[in-house]
Amino acid sequence: MKRIVLALCLMLSASVAGALTPAEMLDDPALEARARNLSRELRCMVCQNQSIDDSDAPLARDLRVLVRERLAAGDSDGEVKTFLVARYGEFVLLRPPFSWRTALLWGTPPLFLLGGLAGLVLYLRRRRAAPAEAVEAPLSDDERARLARALGDGES
Amino acid sequence: MIAELGHYALVLALGLALIQAAVPLLGARWRDPALMSVGSAAAGAQLAFIGLAFAALTACYVTSDFSVLNVYENSHSAMPLLYKVTSVWGNHEGSMLLWVLILALFGALVAAFSRNLPDTLKATVLAVQAWIAVAFLLFILGTSNPFARLTPAPMEGRDLNPILQDLGLAVHPPLLYLGYVGFSISFSFAIAALIEGRIDAAWARWVRPWTLLAWVTLTLGIAMGSYWAYYELGWGGWWFWDPVENASLMPWIAGTALLHSAVVMEKRDALKVWTVLLAIITFSLSLLGAFLVRSGVLTSVHTFATDPTRGVFILAILVIFIGGAFAIFAWRAPVLRQGGLFAPVSREGALIVNNLLLTTACGTVLIGTLYPLALEALTGDKISVGPPFFNATFGPLFLAVMLVVPFGTLMAWKRGDLLGVTQRLMVAAGLALVALIGTVAVQQGGPVLAPLMMGIATFTIAGAATDIVERTGWFRLPPATAWSRTRGLPRSAWGTAFAHAGLGIALLGVVGETFWNTERIVSLRPGETVTVNDYDLHFDGVATRQGPNYNELTARFTVRSGGVPVGTLAPAKRSFPHRAMATTEAALMSRGFSQLYLSLGDVEDNGAVAIRLYHKPLVLLIWIGALVMAFGGLLSLSDRRLRVGAPKPARARPARTTPVSTPAE
Repeated sequence: MKRIVLALCLMLSASVAGALTPAEMLDDPALEARARNLSRELRCMVCQNQSIDDSDAPLARDLRVLVRERLAAGDSDGEVKTFLVARYGEFVLLRPPFSWRTALLWGTPPLFLLGGLAGLVLYLRRRRAAPAEAVEAPLSDDERARLARALGDGES
Repeated sequence: MIAELGHYALVLALGLALIQAAVPLLGARWRDPALMSVGSAAAGAQLAFIGLAFAALTACYVTSDFSVLNVYENSHSAMPLLYKVTSVWGNHEGSMLLWVLILALFGALVAAFSRNLPDTLKATVLAVQAWIAVAFLLFILGTSNPFARLTPAPMEGRDLNPILQDLGLAVHPPLLYLGYVGFSISFSFAIAALIEGRIDAAWARWVRPWTLLAWVTLTLGIAMGSYWAYYELGWGGWWFWDPVENASLMPWIAGTALLHSAVVMEKRDALKVWTVLLAIITFSLSLLGAFLVRSGVLTSVHTFATDPTRGVFILAILVIFIGGAFAIFAWRAPVLRQGGLFAPVSREGALIVNNLLLTTACGTVLIGTLYPLALEALTGDKISVGPPFFNATFGPLFLAVMLVVPFGTLMAWKRGDLLGVTQRLMVAAGLALVALIGTVAVQQGGPVLAPLMMGIATFTIAGAATDIVERTGWFRLPPATAWSRTRGLPRSAWGTAFAHAGLGIALLGVVGETFWNTERIVSLRPGETVTVNDYDLHFDGVATRQGPNYNELTARFTVRSGGVPVGTLAPAKRSFPHRAMATTEAALMSRGFSQLYLSLGDVEDNGAVAIRLYHKPLVLLIWIGALVMAFGGLLSLSDRRLRVGAPKPARARPARTTPVSTPAE
């Protein structure tokens, strides 16, 4: 299933070039390492959720070259990102920056956890206050016998 | 003719499903055994007819009947037989047919293996199962008919997408679907329990084997898909946080939570409402996955809007089933009351913490997957939520889960002794510390996270071993006693230990692959050598070969380790003329748990070949861990306690004869 989607993406790219090729790489290892790290955080916009570092698409290649040009020209990582966002929008960033639009996104994990904890505490308190009572539909005698048989082999 | 037969069988299956959806339910209402027994018969017949339809489509593929549109679009007469068969589900229509086939299979299995179930519950479960079948059969017949004809029939098919021409397609989707669809049983049981207004420890015991079976197959399916992506896509990644992957991960996490809360319910009669809710959520996430993958909404909200038939249909199924289930839940759940009291520090408490963390992790994946879609639909803004987000949020949550696991397994039911448990985990903690310090020493200023994660992984594995040692009394009791206790230990206890250890093992692999991966991206001419870690790869030359439906360019490399030849690597590029596509066939060499990974890029004008070479330490442990987890699940599944209708032991105790709805204390 996942294959199909990825295949569709690759079909768009028609496999002209592979992902990052030796020719694109910078001679300065430190600069190249920064370029790689940046590439992993940038999206190939014609692909399905691939970073430009992984993608075969021509657009990804152009972006890889662009990132390296900017770095070679002395830009900081942040400046490269700002430059790309100005050109392509926030869509290009695989790590969405925190803003009012993404507050709910970044906020969900902690809120979920805290909400769950709060709910748990409330639940445990209420349970201690009001012990359980039996209001379920009772079993018939026949069913009780079968339940006894089903549970017969006991706890292990 | 065969195609029409298949189509007709599918229509008949729909008719049977409609009967199964209504008659047993009325039977349960009126306590009429004859009407209730219709459910089992219909479930069996439904499986037979869907099986017939599936066989018909397979026959069309095997005989390369290109007058069938689906076959024309996804097959080629020159393809090997295996791929002709797997092509059946390598496309939208066929995969939906596989989906309903597995749905019917599970329905028939419940009908066949649930003799212990009360008649009314069984009838209701089968009816609910049939509602799902009706929805999906209508979807297939209405929007995705795999048997549509094409006139005039073309001479040759358009070939299967080359990436799918792999053994992975034979294994991955069926396993994944067994998992997805297997959770429909838990769902049906949950809805049936709500309709009946009764739920107790026995219910949990009936549901658990089905949940476990679905969980095991889903675990294997996800792991298989991950390995497939790893070797097929040519850049050595094994998890991409792709929405499609997330769609399979979410039911897995929720299903894991469900397994654990069902334990609490079975043993202690507590967490009933929560367990029922989780059962509903788990299958809802399976349905959501089907929607995400099948509707085209992932590519863009706009493609969804331009050709909405299928998407809207599945969305309707989604809304009806999830909405309906939650409505029934809201209406009936207050009827279900809790049993078994317990202190916060107890096995129950630990399992609740497990559930809290797992559902948070699941919620995180859910929001990360849906947020860009929702934001685009609501405001038109496009953002990307990629691996950096998930690693930053899901990662810590799962590490926390793994830290809690050993405490949970050692904790006593009802009231635990945290201090005592901590003392018993001292050995495991010591081992973890050794692993942590050892990693720091070995990697000398590498990533900070690596030693920490190695420590946590070791702690989880050692914790699982501690659990077994504690239960059997090794090092504490005379060896003979410990040995007999080891032999007498129920398989579910072994299963638990294996599943938890598998988690730790997988994490070891993740650490190795993520932090200590070495990469070489170079252009190489024949005769030249490239070095990674202590391996030298000598490029011997290239060769071309003609496959059944592709041309292949293979490069041969001799691998030497410390000057000694240890084997050859022969990565290839295949081009498929019928699709005008190419695939890379990476070459892998396993050395212990580590792998050398080599894939080919472009051939340059001067005869040099671009290659990507990786040394991936411990990478195999990622999938071995998943296999160990699944093995643990199977062990637990084979526990006598869960085998429905197993013969009773001679010493049958008079068990609890009332539904244990009074506090046990």
